[in-house]
Amino acid sequence: MIESLQYEFMQNALAAGLLASIVCGIIGVYVVVNRMVFISGGIAHTAFGGVGLSFFLGISPMIGALFFAIASALGIGMISKKTKLPEDTAIGILWAVGMALGVIFIGLTPGYVPGISTYLFGNILIVSSGDLRLMLVLVTVIVSVIFLLYKGFFALSFDEEFGRLRGIPTGYLYFLLLCLIALSVIVMMQAVGIILVIALLTVPAAITKQFTYSMKKMMIFSILLSMLFTVSGLLISYELNIASGATIILVAGAGFIISLLFSKRSLY
Amino acid sequence: MKEEVVRLENVWVHYNRVPILEGINLAIYQHDFLGIIGPNGGGKSTLLKVILGLIKPDKGEIKVFGRPPEKSRERIGYLSQYKAFDRDFPISVWDVVLMARMGLYEMFKRYSEKDKKLAENALKTVEMLSYKDRQIGTLSGGQQQRVLIARALVSNPELLLLDEPTAGIDAAAQREFYELLKKLNEKTTIVLVSHDLTAVSVYVDKIACLNRKLFYHNSKEIRPEDIKAAYQCPIELIAHGVPHRVLKEH
Repeated sequence: MIESLQYEFMQNALAAGLLASIVCGIIGVYVVVNRMVFISGGIAHTAFGGVGLSFFLGISPMIGALFFAIASALGIGMISKKTKLPEDTAIGILWAVGMALGVIFIGLTPGYVPGISTYLFGNILIVSSGDLRLMLVLVTVIVSVIFLLYKGFFALSFDEEFGRLRGIPTGYLYFLLLCLIALSVIVMMQAVGIILVIALLTVPAAITKQFTYSMKKMMIFSILLSMLFTVSGLLISYELNIASGATIILVAGAGFIISLLFSKRSLY
Repeated sequence: MKEEVVRLENVWVHYNRVPILEGINLAIYQHDFLGIIGPNGGGKSTLLKVILGLIKPDKGEIKVFGRPPEKSRERIGYLSQYKAFDRDFPISVWDVVLMARMGLYEMFKRYSEKDKKLAENALKTVEMLSYKDRQIGTLSGGQQQRVLIARALVSNPELLLLDEPTAGIDAAAQREFYELLKKLNEKTTIVLVSHDLTAVSVYVDKIACLNRKLFYHNSKEIRPEDIKAAYQCPIELIAHGVPHRVLKEH
């Protein structure tokens, strides 16, 4: 198992998994405590429209996906804050329309389009150095913003109205949080794919929430758990020669079930 | 003459073109302990939010400490209507109370020693300091309410706005809670909103009746015609036991 790490693709895969773990540990905590799982799913699936458009235009799929994810994050934010349309309705529509756009664009792209399943289900073994650089930039942005505005996001999450009374710009912070979720989706897309992103975003935070009521501790332990899931999933998939993204998710799912056995909180 | 704390002049608020507040005139003075009663949907919470500047009226003037409400927020403590917040939310009592020391610039800084001292004092006032490391959801309803009151008190507000503070608290805890307010009233002006007329009338000094329109005489007296106008059904209400000290002899 260890000798597999001498291959560059394994080193890249490992680096990608660790980077993805940092964001899903941090952003996942916000997603779980603010009950934004469905929103995150919507942003992730809309991003597939961007993947399709990128193939059609012949640019890097991550760029197109990034553009679509940010657009859908802002769209969901606008709809939930400025209109009376129910949020889940808006998300459901964006979710499916984004996927449909992706399918149409890929259909319009001449010739064979390789590796669609990479973006849907992830393939951490083909992460290039260019992808890694983009991921590193995104992770740096996400971590710095959270570090700088931690107290603001904390107020937004626990009691938005009270935060607003104290002069915290909760409206802007909500949009910013949606954008950070969009960036996280892009970081994780290579590792586990659009469809499986929500699992890696929610499972670690859902596990740690059962054992601590400190948000900072939740973040630290969620990062460590995600690292455990991605690295062990990666090694298992390599050994058994099965899909890496799906293996990571299954390891995480198993971890969640085991955590329930040790949970101190009553869950029903 | 006592100093005027809040002044509303002909304030109108609409929601979806339906009037919620109709031509409200109200003056609240220093050290008032005002209870605002009225049926659900009568605009009580809206009135508090107007005083906080969270809701902008369609018409009318509001002055809090002689300034626009947003400019006076630092001097106001607010307890919102009991929210069924996520009992599992990862937050300690201590962090709930410290939240009152946040602000646009403070958001980028750590809490100072002064912030911590103020939070400690507020928790002492409500006798909850020993619970400071507990997760908020592990406390009883009454204890949670005390913590939220502490949060409203942290910055030593001159005006305290309380929206249904005793909802979901048992009778014994309610009595203790009102005794606490009575004590706070020595230093602070208090406005308390409730639909529970009986409980409120025992403790407050002045009562106003609100159902879109406000009926208030700067005293504890409510005229039978006010109640009749505010609640559409006066007989039923009186039959449910309005203490007679509230009603004028008639």
